[in-house]
Amino acid sequence: MTPDEIPEENCEEAADETLGGASRAGAPGPAPAPDASDAVLCRGLRYAFGETRAVDGVDLSVRAGEVFGLLGPNGAGKTTAIRCITTLLPVPAGMVRVFGHDTAKERMAVRRLLGYVPQQLSADAGLTGRENVTLFARVFDVSRRERAARVEQALAAVGLTDAADRLAKTYSGGMIRRLELAQALVSAPRLLMLDEPTIGLDPIARTSVWDHINAVRAATGMTVLVTTHYMDEADQYCDRVALMHHGRIRALGTPDELKSALRVRRRTAPAPATTGTSAHPSPASTSHPHFSASPLSSSPLSSPPSSAAPSRSSDAAPTLEDVFRDVAGSGLDEQSGDFRDVRSTRRTAHRVG
Amino acid sequence: MSEAPAAPHTASADARHGAGQLDLLLAPPRARTGWRVLPARVLAMCVVELQKLRHDRTELYTRAVQPALWLLVFGETFTRIKAIPTGGTPYIDYLAPGIIAQSAMFIAIFYGIMIIWERDAGILTKLLVTPTPRAALIAGKAFAAGVKALVQAVVVIVIAALLGVAMTWNPLRLLGVVVAVVLGSAFFSCLSMTIAGIVLTRDRLMGIGQAITMPLFFASNALYPVAIMPGWLQTVSTMNPLSYQVDALRGLLLGTHAHLALDYAVLIAAAVAGIAAASSLLGRLAR
Repeated sequence: MTPDEIPEENCEEAADETLGGASRAGAPGPAPAPDASDAVLCRGLRYAFGETRAVDGVDLSVRAGEVFGLLGPNGAGKTTAIRCITTLLPVPAGMVRVFGHDTAKERMAVRRLLGYVPQQLSADAGLTGRENVTLFARVFDVSRRERAARVEQALAAVGLTDAADRLAKTYSGGMIRRLELAQALVSAPRLLMLDEPTIGLDPIARTSVWDHINAVRAATGMTVLVTTHYMDEADQYCDRVALMHHGRIRALGTPDELKSALRVRRRTAPAPATTGTSAHPSPASTSHPHFSASPLSSSPLSSPPSSAAPSRSSDAAPTLEDVFRDVAGSGLDEQSGDFRDVRSTRRTAHRVG
Repeated sequence: MSEAPAAPHTASADARHGAGQLDLLLAPPRARTGWRVLPARVLAMCVVELQKLRHDRTELYTRAVQPALWLLVFGETFTRIKAIPTGGTPYIDYLAPGIIAQSAMFIAIFYGIMIIWERDAGILTKLLVTPTPRAALIAGKAFAAGVKALVQAVVVIVIAALLGVAMTWNPLRLLGVVVAVVLGSAFFSCLSMTIAGIVLTRDRLMGIGQAITMPLFFASNALYPVAIMPGWLQTVSTMNPLSYQVDALRGLLLGTHAHLALDYAVLIAAAVAGIAAASSLLGRLAR
């Protein structure tokens, strides 16, 4: 949990400049000096598919070296936000920077810093594991001299050395995910972006995928930005999380901060019978507009979480899911994901088997 | 998870524990710049295509059936009835270059289906996040289709040789054949990827592909000389890159009169235009 001890200055600054963010992005100002303190910096990011505002004003900063989780139900806008950061989608409004490089103007520079694993199982089934990784070594310009050794190390890092020369179509779902990790790692990315890396995997494969992510991160110090809708996973593996709903970030902080902030609010607010997972959120969330309005400067998050008094005995310790229900308000069940989301999720799950 | 070093690339001491030796994975590779990106990406895509063919040759065999039948049934029959004026060459000889071009085109015209499949599978998405300009990615795919078509062309040439077609074995001329097949396939695969960028689904692309392959084939000089076509068909044929490809192949393989300079100029221009069109529509497949 060390990254949490970093002072909140970055966040405060980011929040102060938020209002100017959109206009600044349009200004032709001088090329900004690469700022290494933030791996990802989003200001006022918006993206709409026709009438649907998939991302509706996201301000976000991911610090170098942390594991940052973007949480939310299907259709919350996580994948769209990720696609804007990876340069797959243009940034029509707002600004996105990756290690100081503007994703609108310096696409190639940004892509060289990224390792990206999309939601689908994206390894080529007709190639062997080694060939899959070698392709990415080639397209990231790994020199011929280094290529074989680098590919070997990437495969070893995810525990696929023995299966390297088998066709990917013979791999299990967890192995394909690890192969995709190897594909992303072979170019030594500074930012690893994982879109639902454990979707459809069984618990053991999930743990294995995360173990490999963490081992590689410990060895390389890379930043990890991960989206997931498994709240328990985020709680366990992420240094900080942002809860996203309807294209907006509703809360941001370490899992502990968010949970204890909820505990505080439950105690102070005249909440109606809040019992564990079946918390009824609407009154509580409306009575705390500051929590969702500007998450980066939200004061409850920066208050030391340990200072909170022990919760009432009737209160079960809140989980991240409770926090999410609290900040998202009602309508979670009806609005989680359109047909295409669900279909692609099902398809991925089906391919995992 | 909390022992991660704050600064990247300074962790070589930590590299040896945990996930094994990772020292090479700490430094990003040195970037190629400028024009060097293009041949590198084309090579990468062609290598992948050959690797796939090596693992699964089914398509190669099944796709050999149709050209074999064209040569064997259509070619042998029309050689006998001598209905088509070929200027002295046996009809099956005349037909062989046309069938080579046709089978290459059939492969290329359905290449867009693979692009859509790769898009649905996330493979394309991932390639689009690599430092590969869209035109370089499309060019890579186009020439990969060319390589695949070339392997198919070799099969057809072998079949034709077995049927007694008298073709040249001059290596320089064969090199010219290789270039013509690759350029033609690059164009038709780009045509296919362009349509893929417009229709976005496999089913629609399949339908359009079926609808245009036969007209492209019949409205060319693959089966009969342009001179015996009605006027309107001659016009269509002069706009069809397949005609120029067949003309070049026929000239090179059989030694008939051909307009090689014009043929290659048209094939190069068509391939470049195809790459430009397909890469401008690639963004639609990305979102």
